[in-house]
Amino acid sequence: MSDAQLLLTLAVALFALGLLGVIVRRHVLIMLMCMELMMNGVNLSLVTFAHQQGSAVGTVLVFLIFVVAAAEIAIAIPIVLLLVRRKRTVDLYAYTDLKG
Amino acid sequence: MIESLLLHLDSLLLYVFGAGALVSAVLMLVLRQPMRVALALISAMVFLGGIYGLLGVHFIAAFQVLIYVGAVMVFMVYVIMLLDPRDPSCSQRFSPLVVPAVLVFLLFLGALGYVVWQGFPALAEAPHGSVYELQRFAASFLTEYWLHFELTSVLLVVAVVAAIAVIGVNRGKT
Repeated sequence: MSDAQLLLTLAVALFALGLLGVIVRRHVLIMLMCMELMMNGVNLSLVTFAHQQGSAVGTVLVFLIFVVAAAEIAIAIPIVLLLVRRKRTVDLYAYTDLKG
Repeated sequence: MIESLLLHLDSLLLYVFGAGALVSAVLMLVLRQPMRVALALISAMVFLGGIYGLLGVHFIAAFQVLIYVGAVMVFMVYVIMLLDPRDPSCSQRFSPLVVPAVLVFLLFLGALGYVVWQGFPALAEAPHGSVYELQRFAASFLTEYWLHFELTSVLLVVAVVAAIAVIGVNRGKT
């Protein structure tokens, strides 16, 4: 197995573990952190492909993803704080009345 | 012995960093305290930064540590400290969806892992070396991808305005 395949396997595993965390954990902040883990897996796959192809496209995209991640956190954290202030809990299953 | 070890130091470190990132990701799923989960995520990000450095993308490694660990995770740790750590409502670690989620996880991992193991015949191994000069990256960033760069700055402005709006809506109600 080549190094690239190893790294892509690692990226897939990180993405899948993050997805599992988003589904199974109940703490809102831990779910957010698992989403960050998914994004890190995608970044690793992009860097690996850029490394294989020898082009700068993948690294540019990784750079933009950094910015998007920062913006996502800047929006998500105030929303979480508002929810916690309203329901006095970080348990996601207290927010089921948000369903339509 | 030591010479051969030094010769294969790169791939050895790659395995070590990869295993570290994987172990940290698994720890994120099983640890109970949010602060410990945050520390596990930070260690996973640092290991990934090490992998980027080994691949030769040093500026991405630097920004991984600066932006992810330095900004995003410090923000996250700050919010974890802001919330009450003795909140008893989260005594249950996992949601009732554990069994179907693990099944979907295994299916997903199997499908994507199968694709990766098949290999990518179109992607020939590129010549290694100085493909990641910062100069080349910066030039293509500001000539070829200037529109994306500008759109990202617009996105950042929108995010700042939205964060202020979210706080302002709440302030108006109370």
